[in-house]
Amino acid sequence: MAIETLIWLIPLPPLLAFFVIVLFTHRSRALSHWLALIGAGLAWLASMVIFFQAIGIEDLAQHPLSSAINWLPTGQTALQIGVQVDPLTAISLFFVAWTVFMIFIYSVAYHNYGQPAGDHDHPGLPPHGATVETGHGHSHKVPSVEPLYSRFFAFISLFAFGMFTLVVSDNLLTLFIGWEIMGLCSYLLIGFWYAKPSARDAAVKAFLTTRIGDVVMLLGLAALYVITGSLKYSDILSHTEVLMQPSGILGMSWAGIIGLMLFIGTIGKSAQFPLHVWLPDAMEGPTPVSAMIHAATMVSAGIYLGLRFFPLASMGWQTGEPITATMTVMAVIGAFTALFAATIATAQTDIKRVLAYSTISQLGYMVAALGVGAYVAAAFHLVTHAFFKALLFLGSGSVIHGMEHGVLHTGEKIDPQDMTNMGGLRKKMPVTFWTFVIGGLALSGFPLVTAGFWSKDEILSGAFNSGHLVVFITLALAALLTAFYTMRQITLTFLGQPRTRSAEHASENKWVMTLPLVVLSFFAIAAGWVGIPETFPLLGKISGDWFAEFMGEMVNYLRSERLAGAEGFNYIPLITSLVVALGGLYLGWLVYRRFKAGAADPLQQPLGALYRWMKDKYYIDELYQLVFIRPARWISETFSYQWIDRGLIDGILHAVARFGWWLGERLRFWFDLPVINGAGDASADGVQGMGSWMKGMQTGRVQQYMVTAISVLVVLGVIILYIFSA
Amino acid sequence: MIPLYWYVLFATALFCIGLFGVLTRKNSVAILMGIELMLNAVNVNLLAFWRYLYADPTVEPTRGLAFVAIVFVAASAEAAVGLALIISAYRRRDTVVAEELDLLKG
Repeated sequence: MAIETLIWLIPLPPLLAFFVIVLFTHRSRALSHWLALIGAGLAWLASMVIFFQAIGIEDLAQHPLSSAINWLPTGQTALQIGVQVDPLTAISLFFVAWTVFMIFIYSVAYHNYGQPAGDHDHPGLPPHGATVETGHGHSHKVPSVEPLYSRFFAFISLFAFGMFTLVVSDNLLTLFIGWEIMGLCSYLLIGFWYAKPSARDAAVKAFLTTRIGDVVMLLGLAALYVITGSLKYSDILSHTEVLMQPSGILGMSWAGIIGLMLFIGTIGKSAQFPLHVWLPDAMEGPTPVSAMIHAATMVSAGIYLGLRFFPLASMGWQTGEPITATMTVMAVIGAFTALFAATIATAQTDIKRVLAYSTISQLGYMVAALGVGAYVAAAFHLVTHAFFKALLFLGSGSVIHGMEHGVLHTGEKIDPQDMTNMGGLRKKMPVTFWTFVIGGLALSGFPLVTAGFWSKDEILSGAFNSGHLVVFITLALAALLTAFYTMRQITLTFLGQPRTRSAEHASENKWVMTLPLVVLSFFAIAAGWVGIPETFPLLGKISGDWFAEFMGEMVNYLRSERLAGAEGFNYIPLITSLVVALGGLYLGWLVYRRFKAGAADPLQQPLGALYRWMKDKYYIDELYQLVFIRPARWISETFSYQWIDRGLIDGILHAVARFGWWLGERLRFWFDLPVINGAGDASADGVQGMGSWMKGMQTGRVQQYMVTAISVLVVLGVIILYIFSA
Repeated sequence: MIPLYWYVLFATALFCIGLFGVLTRKNSVAILMGIELMLNAVNVNLLAFWRYLYADPTVEPTRGLAFVAIVFVAASAEAAVGLALIISAYRRRDTVVAEELDLLKG
């Protein structure tokens, strides 16, 4: 089989799994999850084959593996769709295939496969646990299996199809299709426990918020098609002259304005400020969903789009020159989001919400890296982040699962996701603890060992070398906070003593759940080794920067000279990243190591009002409620409904109706009742009266009739006689 | 020879007796009998006028007789149908009294 054919086949197994589960096997849990696992496994296998094939090819960026078919005939030409594997697709396939496959495996245990059905479980609500008899008349509570188990695997299979479609497609149309399929799956899976009002609201919020970005992105697509006549990446990027023409909007070129429109799609999908509000709420979904969709893959798709169209956004920019307007927007939004979300994460107590804000913050890093032109660093951080954030989410899911076990055992009424209820879990859940620490250190950028260090360091040095000191300082501050809240999370969750009885009775999960953690923690460390800068002291010489070589081709072949990042090594960003990572970690441990159950957060005292702002997410949700949702409500309810619809339109209709009523009344009393009805009644009454009068003659006695007849005969005879004889 | 008016008076009397019977009798059979009387009064009239008009039997030997024979046939047919009706009415209503057979009452 040709390798190009194999690329077409990558998204197919999960799609087939989705349809087969939904249509046929949804009654069987085992069959459904095996189908989903086989689907994801086949996609994983094909991705690996293609990945290893692709990295062996010289000039993959210029000559990607590709294949296309005519899809829609459009007059003389035809709209083509196809697949291609260039360096960006190759590395995306790598991390997508691994994280998706691991999360599929993890989901089997997360949804308590093999456990009894719950006592009072209800489809659309999380399982509440089942009571099990132990034989000696004792009974205890154990976790119960998810009621909509098969449905979950069907949805995540569909999601995997969307993600793989997006990654392998060679044009914006199929990319957008994959993008929207993922949006749908995100909606379905955030609202997976649809009987919870909070989950329903979160699903709607996520869908509507990302829709804002998607609409602008679709406009960008349309503009691209109008200008270049194609949606294929390679065709679009070869139309430099057309794209560089001024658009007449804000003095930007077409490339700049379209790049901005596509970037707004990224803002929605990758939850950048100001459209970040949906991602924290999306944590209402099951944890594997948070890990896969809202950390590793779907939100990465926004960055993927940014990387894909970096040449568009940066068109006309040369290294060392001032960055384009579009890039400035990206740098500002990215850096701001990175710091903004990191401060919110610092004050959250829900273990998943911390990670959600951390995800927003890290995605902001990537956007900022793109903005300052550190293309390779952004791509690198995309890959490493996918691994360690998926690991952290799965780890948090494992912690929650363990805590739920404890809650079921003790019967306490506490929130198993609240970190203040945890503590001391390192002894209860050793595998989860160590893998979580690895993920956490990677997130904080723990020097030399972890993948996060190399990618984050590269972003920081990219920002520094490009001369954007504000961006550099913002990102460095965000990195400090990142290390701080990560250590806070680890300390609150795993270190110290258990703060509740549930935490004391928490237990480690099955190997099905911990195996993906171990695999991902391997990547959370090893994924960094492929991108050690060549100029880095000692280590750089040993490994060589394979990643920069491989990815850099993506943009370098379009440019006259090589991108920044590969240029001279500078100690300032390195020292900065060392200081913020280690300092943040140490501070986090120092502040939270003595945290007591029920105590206020140690930061609450010194930060005062600022802490409350951070904890309440700077009241952005409330602001949107006030600025957008309340006015929209007012317009729809008061203005449109009450005034226009009820008042004006209904008023006109009611006036017409009243006139018709009045006219009808007049016709009725003046014409219908007296004339038509009267005549009808009179004729009927007349006939009746005459009938009842004449009825008297009908005695039924033949002899009377005869007497009458003869009398009349005689009288007539006499009359006739006299008349005619006269 | 008996003058014509005797015959006419006789026929008139017979007719009136028949008519009286028809109008006053309650029994349907008696009413039928009254009708027979009236028919026979007509027959008497027919024969009397025939004989009076055509005194010479060779001129019109059968005209009046044929007329009367037709009346006989009609009368006997009428009597047969009438009696059959009366029997049928009796079987249904258990009566032959004309006043009680008043289905036609309005």
